[in-house]
Amino acid sequence: MPTVTLTIDGQQVTVPKGTTVLEAAWKAGSFVPTFCHDPELTKPGACRICVVEIKGARNLPASCVTAAAEGMIVETASPAVIDARKTILELMLDNHPEDCLTCHQAGDCKLQDYAYFYNVKPGAFGGECKNYEIEDDNLFIVRNMNKCILCGKCLRACEEKQGRAVIDFAYRGFRTKVATALDKPLADSVCVSCGTCVSVCPTGALTEKAMLGSARKWEVQKVRTTCPFCGVGCNFDLNVKGGKVIGVTSNAAAPANGRDLCVKGRFGTDYVHSPKRLTKPLIKKNGEFVESTWDEALDLVASKFGEIKTKFGSDSIAALSSARCTNEDNYVMQKFMRAVIGTNNVDHCART
Amino acid sequence: MTNSFEDYLNTDLFFVIGSNPTEAHPMAGAKIMSSVMSGKSKLIVADPRRIELAEKADIWLQLRPGTDIPLLNGLMHIIIKEGLHDQKFIEERTEGFEALKATVEKYTPARVSEMTGVPENLLYDAARLYATTAKAMLCYTLGITEHICGVDNVMSTANIAMLTGHLGKEGCGVNPQRGQNNVQGACDMGALPNVYSGYQAVVNPDIQAKFEKAWGVKLDNKLGLTIPDMMDAAVEGKLKAMFVLGEDPVLTDPDANHIKKALTKMDFVVAQEIFMSETAKYADVILPGASFAEKDGTFSSSERRVQRVRKAIEPIGDSRPDWWIICELAKRMGYDKMNYESPRQIWDEMASLSPIFAGINYDRIEHTGLQWPCPTVEHPGTPVLHTQSFSRGKGLFKAIEHTPPAEMPDEEYPYLLSTGRILYHYNITTRYSSALDAHRPEEAAMIHPADAATLGVCTGEKVRVTSRRGSVVTKVNVTDKVMSGMIWMSFHYKETPTNELTVNAFDPVSKTGEYKVAAVQLEKVV
Ligand code: SF4
Ligand code: SF4
Ligand code: SF4
Ligand code: FES
Repeated sequence: MPTVTLTIDGQQVTVPKGTTVLEAAWKAGSFVPTFCHDPELTKPGACRICVVEIKGARNLPASCVTAAAEGMIVETASPAVIDARKTILELMLDNHPEDCLTCHQAGDCKLQDYAYFYNVKPGAFGGECKNYEIEDDNLFIVRNMNKCILCGKCLRACEEKQGRAVIDFAYRGFRTKVATALDKPLADSVCVSCGTCVSVCPTGALTEKAMLGSARKWEVQKVRTTCPFCGVGCNFDLNVKGGKVIGVTSNAAAPANGRDLCVKGRFGTDYVHSPKRLTKPLIKKNGEFVESTWDEALDLVASKFGEIKTKFGSDSIAALSSARCTNEDNYVMQKFMRAVIGTNNVDHCART
Repeated sequence: MTNSFEDYLNTDLFFVIGSNPTEAHPMAGAKIMSSVMSGKSKLIVADPRRIELAEKADIWLQLRPGTDIPLLNGLMHIIIKEGLHDQKFIEERTEGFEALKATVEKYTPARVSEMTGVPENLLYDAARLYATTAKAMLCYTLGITEHICGVDNVMSTANIAMLTGHLGKEGCGVNPQRGQNNVQGACDMGALPNVYSGYQAVVNPDIQAKFEKAWGVKLDNKLGLTIPDMMDAAVEGKLKAMFVLGEDPVLTDPDANHIKKALTKMDFVVAQEIFMSETAKYADVILPGASFAEKDGTFSSSERRVQRVRKAIEPIGDSRPDWWIICELAKRMGYDKMNYESPRQIWDEMASLSPIFAGINYDRIEHTGLQWPCPTVEHPGTPVLHTQSFSRGKGLFKAIEHTPPAEMPDEEYPYLLSTGRILYHYNITTRYSSALDAHRPEEAAMIHPADAATLGVCTGEKVRVTSRRGSVVTKVNVTDKVMSGMIWMSFHYKETPTNELTVNAFDPVSKTGEYKVAAVQLEKVV
């Protein structure tokens, strides 16, 4: 593979031809912030937070859309660069609600992180601030367009990852906004509530409704697991706080799906805490289910199976194993039927 | 699946038949949608309903339900007639071509158009596009398998893929997306009446000896009963007891009333469940299992990828992991070789006895899982099957004739009922998700505007749907996405138990129920 060698912050780095300056800088260990860039999406080079100084270039190019070239000399944190980034952040903050204290995204928000890092405070320019109504009339996603920084990742993800293009930029200038066709609420659009837009949003503009107010980002323990709903086998992180599953966030490392999920995987796992869960063994007595201890229930089942096996033979007992349970559950089930009951009468709904 | 989901990004043409992935397998659907939208790949859809993908398709073949074989035979007829088949692949990798050729010879475009309702010109377009696109991938699901001729349907998809050399390569293949999250794994683990884990036949004496030695007991070498046979045996009084783990046959199996009769007839029924399912209500004992969030283990996805399930919280209330409950029963029945401390130990035992999984262990699947076959710990797993040869050596073409559905509409039951899944629900559990259930709380059967006019119903109004087996009431959604003469329903709602209507008819080999075609009457309910 052809390569190029360039110097970034005084350090030489060799990268494959076609690599962007941004990727090369990251490889060299330099910090470069990004908003609109996403490794899995097309690159509009729109937000310009990733600007760097390249020797010989007339202005500060956006590193995410500039190809690394042989012999380039790049500064990622020169005074001019820092200045430009601060100005961008100041403009954003001036048009952003000052409610980080109660924002669900706090602790996992790029705007907050960069403002902190560059010590930028709101109020530098003053002027008009967006004032949209918060859209929370669907069951899954809350949209607060006042917090939107117009990076466009949501609409690119919707189109490029989900193949849908439900949302796009609408209006112009200061009024530019991410909206559905005719600026209707998501609930009245062709949105399928997959939440892929939520997973790429760098700010608190898009959030999972069920998780709002349930935990600060830093209190959440993430447990990577596999979706219990369909055979695609998406992976995601169960978000846990205080021994309770509070929701799901996606995990870019998931092999079949990356950060993309469907409405079931992203928003459906709350069934785990349904009040209708069975929590005690139940034994039917005179037609009614009565709670029992594990010992009582297990002994009853063991003795009943034993009795029937002795009286009618092993083949008078059968099991339906489960396409919803784990491999290990299924293995022990078929072993139980074959080795303990003594029959091959074991099957499952392989066919639905 | 012969190929992987990642491979969806490599294909230039999707041929989707009997599958509605944007609802039933949404992330597979999303990959198809985005690839088609970006102009990367083309799309042929064969489906009686104007499903979402049909609207995006280059070619939509709106075939009548139950005519998949004539359609595929018809396409193969054109491909062979026009010399578009892959002669080299056929010679090197397959056998039985002449027999196939003789059979599809009879499926002329005119006759196929007559049988399927698909215009002749679309048959030509689809056949040419599929045969001449080098990287063409066929995807199917239950619209192919849930027929009395399900196995023949599956063979037909294999026939057309082999005929055009679209197998064993990147961006190609025959890819059934499996319905439930671990239906692949349940098969892999030997929860089937004919095989142990890793598809090792119970009738093979060497295999039997291997498991007898490992498990320290004498094992039975005769085939067990499949679910439909179990239900019949129970009704006949031959089957006395049943242990039902995490399934709800009363709601999801065809002909629910027959299932209920079977459950009532038996002496002793145990249900191990997380919710009071319709089936659990028939149990003598209910053992509360733990959900996927409360236990460790693995699932195997449609792409044969074994992935970790991790315990995130303690079991709710006094529920217990399913494996623990079953092992505890074994212990209490005097068997001492199921004393596992963890699912990892169970996996290791299984892998040690099953060559296709021998190279997979929890350490290796920590991050991205592994796709079986994976015979050794050095083996990288198998993203694409059959690259060099098929399991039996050469791929065998099977000449297949049309089998009409077991029950077709007639004067008494004039409408055709077809069933499936919707996006917002997955079998049963999603009904317990407050958001999902609030979003789609009830059945909305799809009927065509012409039929709605005849019946005098509008969207949101109710009809009674009656078949020879049962009768249910449902709200309707009037839409031209279904053809006239057809009603389409899901099976997620216990308030509208669609499977009281479906046919008690099964594929003779796979024992899959014919969920996709039944004859019904409709009448307005006021
Ligand atoms: S939820 Fe999914 S479909 Fe809806 S706007 Fe977001 S990405 Fe698009
Ligand atoms: S909603 Fe989020 S992802 Fe979309 S443009 Fe605004 S900030 Fe970016
Ligand atoms: S998130 Fe959706 S597409 Fe992915 S496995 Fe779960 S149900 Fe299937
Ligand atoms: S991140 Fe480079 S322009 Fe936005």
